[in-house]
Amino acid sequence: MKTVKSGEITAAVKNLAMSASCDLEPDILDKLLAARDREESPLAKNALEILVANANIASREQIPVCQDTGIGVVFVSLGQEVTVEGNLEEAIQEGIRAGYDEGYLRKSVCDPVTRKNTGTNVPAVVHYEIVAGSSLRIGFLPKGCGSENMSGLVMLPPSAGMEGVEEYVFRKVRDAGSNPCPPVVVGVGLGGTFEKAALLAKKSLMRPLGKANPDKTVAEFEQKLLQRLNREGQGVMGWGGVNTALAVHVETYPTHIASLPVAVNIQCHAHRHKEIVL
Amino acid sequence: METEKQDTGKGEGFFQNLKPVRIPFEEGVLETLRAGDLVSLSGTLFTGRDQTHRRLVALLNEGKELPVDLKGQLLYYVGPSPAREGQVIGAAGPTTSYRMDAYTPRLLELGLKATLGKGSRSMPVRQAMKKHGAVYFATVGGAGALLSKSITKSELVAFADAGPEALFRFEVENFPAVVINDLQGRDYYEMVTAKRGGEEK
Repeated sequence: MKTVKSGEITAAVKNLAMSASCDLEPDILDKLLAARDREESPLAKNALEILVANANIASREQIPVCQDTGIGVVFVSLGQEVTVEGNLEEAIQEGIRAGYDEGYLRKSVCDPVTRKNTGTNVPAVVHYEIVAGSSLRIGFLPKGCGSENMSGLVMLPPSAGMEGVEEYVFRKVRDAGSNPCPPVVVGVGLGGTFEKAALLAKKSLMRPLGKANPDKTVAEFEQKLLQRLNREGQGVMGWGGVNTALAVHVETYPTHIASLPVAVNIQCHAHRHKEIVL
Repeated sequence: METEKQDTGKGEGFFQNLKPVRIPFEEGVLETLRAGDLVSLSGTLFTGRDQTHRRLVALLNEGKELPVDLKGQLLYYVGPSPAREGQVIGAAGPTTSYRMDAYTPRLLELGLKATLGKGSRSMPVRQAMKKHGAVYFATVGGAGALLSKSITKSELVAFADAGPEALFRFEVENFPAVVINDLQGRDYYEMVTAKRGGEEK
């Protein structure tokens, strides 16, 4: 057995929240540089130059990469041999609250009915998973909602097949236009049930950017979609060119014989994600 | 902008050859702008996003006076992050404009001359812009740290309790933007779409 104190969890989540908003991970920076190098449209190339410069300024001066520092999405993988001393959920929420306060991050969480801002950016949305082992893994994804709003879910008939899946995802990204801040990262959840597909789509965004699905057929599908999206011509900020998407991540789960759920979670180029293992 | 130029390596284009535009707008300037033009905005503007729009239109519906006179002004769709000690403002890039579409025609009727955000506008907004002689600009989404460098002063004007959604007055210098909708009714996003290959129509 291993014991983790709630104070350690709060401190870790606070650090994740503060650093995720100002310091982009190398995977996204590499993709932005590669996009800039292959871009053909002058205006889009300039926008990519600006995004690279923006990431440098953000990290150097600890200004958020984007003013939308998101609603916190937290993925907790709790090893079944780990005991948490104290209240796990409270420890996580307190870490988010402190990180957004001390990190000068925008508080963007409000009541859905009254639209009144909670003023603290809590509560975050926390997903728990019990896994084998003795470690506590915490992933943090501050989700901006210009992109989140462009997401969608459909329950396709099985007859639609993978062609139908491709068409739905393609149209979802194309019809989003410049709203979600392309070049986007496209998270796709395929299979399971209504809620499982949505969760898979979100979770796929935590994968190192551009890392292929281990299943060869799924990996080929990811590449096919990515290439089709980038041929489509919308490009960075909707200003044309060959970079509408930086990556397509597809996660699958077995589904019912009557069902083919497809969820598309769209993420902006300011793809902030961090993970820590306690 | 010297530092930024070094950071980008190349940096050509966006910070150079921009058409300088003063805000509020001088007589006849809007007529010269064309969809796809790169401009550099300097002067004074107001900010507002979802809550500010909702409240402005609620005040109008109640027959009350607005906290600001929008005649001839530019409204920037932004909800900035808080400033650290010594900073004018935190990150301050554009938010998605379509969420303001429901309110924009009412504000254009009052003489609002330009809006600034990201993403395309609804047909009713485009028609109202044409009718009232207003333009729409977009700037780079997700570049809030860099864009904050073009904001030289920030002052809270109204709706403080809305937090980041409050109405601020900004002074800006060389704030980069692209003309999306011009007075002739052109739409830059549509022009890009029209150029792309036929295979994905």
